[in-house]
Amino acid sequence: MKHMLSIFKRELRGYFATPVAYVFIVVFLVLAGVFTFQFGQLYGPEGQGQASLRAFFGWHPWLYLFFIPAVSMRLWAEERKTGTIELLMTLPITMSQAVLGKFLAAWFFTGIALLLTFPVWVTVTYLGEPDHGAIIAGYIGSLIMAGGFLAIGACISSLTKNQVIALVVTFVICLFFLLSGHPDSLDFLRGWAPGVLVDTISSFSFLTHFEALSKGVIDVRNLIFFFSLMAFFLFANGLILDQKKAD
Amino acid sequence: MGAMLEIRRLSKAFGSFVAVDGVSFDVSKGEVLGFLGPNGAGKSTTMKMVTGFLEPSGGQVYVCGKDIAADPVSCKSALGYLPEGAPAYPDMTPAEFLAFVAEIRGFGKSEAKRRIEEVVRKVHLEDVLAKPIDTLSKGFKRRVGLAQAILHDPQVLIMDEPTDGLDPNQKHEVRELIRAMATEKAIVLSTHILEEVEAVCTRAIIINRGRLVFDGTPAELEQRAPANVQKNRLDHVFRSLTSSDTQAAPPKPEVVNA
Repeated sequence: MKHMLSIFKRELRGYFATPVAYVFIVVFLVLAGVFTFQFGQLYGPEGQGQASLRAFFGWHPWLYLFFIPAVSMRLWAEERKTGTIELLMTLPITMSQAVLGKFLAAWFFTGIALLLTFPVWVTVTYLGEPDHGAIIAGYIGSLIMAGGFLAIGACISSLTKNQVIALVVTFVICLFFLLSGHPDSLDFLRGWAPGVLVDTISSFSFLTHFEALSKGVIDVRNLIFFFSLMAFFLFANGLILDQKKAD
Repeated sequence: MGAMLEIRRLSKAFGSFVAVDGVSFDVSKGEVLGFLGPNGAGKSTTMKMVTGFLEPSGGQVYVCGKDIAADPVSCKSALGYLPEGAPAYPDMTPAEFLAFVAEIRGFGKSEAKRRIEEVVRKVHLEDVLAKPIDTLSKGFKRRVGLAQAILHDPQVLIMDEPTDGLDPNQKHEVRELIRAMATEKAIVLSTHILEEVEAVCTRAIIINRGRLVFDGTPAELEQRAPANVQKNRLDHVFRSLTSSDTQAAPPKPEVVNA
């Protein structure tokens, strides 16, 4: 636990060591704002005059699709590139401490970015009487989904020493996890694939599992989905590092 | 005092390529073992296995009597390791970096401070403590790596080319440092500079194509050179041990090249 905390602190400080972190956060907040107010029409007819953040949370999967790969790409690729992986792995720590410490730092960083969207919450509170419980649940759900994205990103980052490759591959895999639940792609599949297959594919989608969470409904099945996804990819992350340390 | 580092029939294969093939040796307290061999002979791979970074394909490593495969964390606690090229987090300053290593090594705040001050003095890092490692010269980076390796006063110290890329003054300083630490530690250092072996090592082993081809004192190594060779006697032995395709082939006479 203490070792994990040391890794966590170093990693988190690594994010803020360069101005890149601040640029990331600003871009994230700008995009969150644009998506919510412009495309999501928080004030418009789709909001149906309700004071809620459904339009805001609804865009989060797409926001994370661009944001998370950029956050996770450096986690292990950078260690490989600079050779510090050899240093880290010969310190008296276990693999799971290293993997979890780094993952939690990235998750915490994302959490900071997410928290900074609070003016949106302030806005709807000023305009009406939103269901604060639903909003808190929405934030928690969004953070948990971000963890799912990040675990995928961390795992992919451990495969390469090139951060750009990590970024692109993570983006593609996350895109698959989103599109597999998108109505258009499901319609396309339904034309020829058996129903079981369509259901299986859609059950892997972040969209399907986040939908309830974004409305403020915390369903255990959705939580189990995201947490088992994280466990799977972080386990794979450790396994990849174990098997492929040197190059 | 038994051997603090025991290597037993260590081997490593990458696919069909055998990088290290059945290497065995012991290092006791007070010994400075020079680990020699041409580039690509398997020196770094061996060190990576000894320090628990790479898993061997076969064989065992015992650090202070403990099997590194069975108890990696306590073995790694007893080890200090300077990897090849002295990697360190480029965005940190030496002060932050050493504080991080001290924290991982389990030292409390005051103990960490005392130890960091001590190694900083030993390797002369005072002037660059607050500069990002990224901006440091090769010599300073190497010293940061060295500081990190000796911070916890390890019983076994393993260094992969500790003087590579240093100027003659810095080389001299590092060798002095190694000599000063030699009595209380078991030290292994890899190098391809033969003068270094004579300067600091009490024992030398030579590895070629993954196999151990010599294990003895630097003096014994020198004696292997034919009597008619006057200059660079160690170079001559090194070449004869490592350049031939088969071990049995006689060394080429030095006269031809002279």
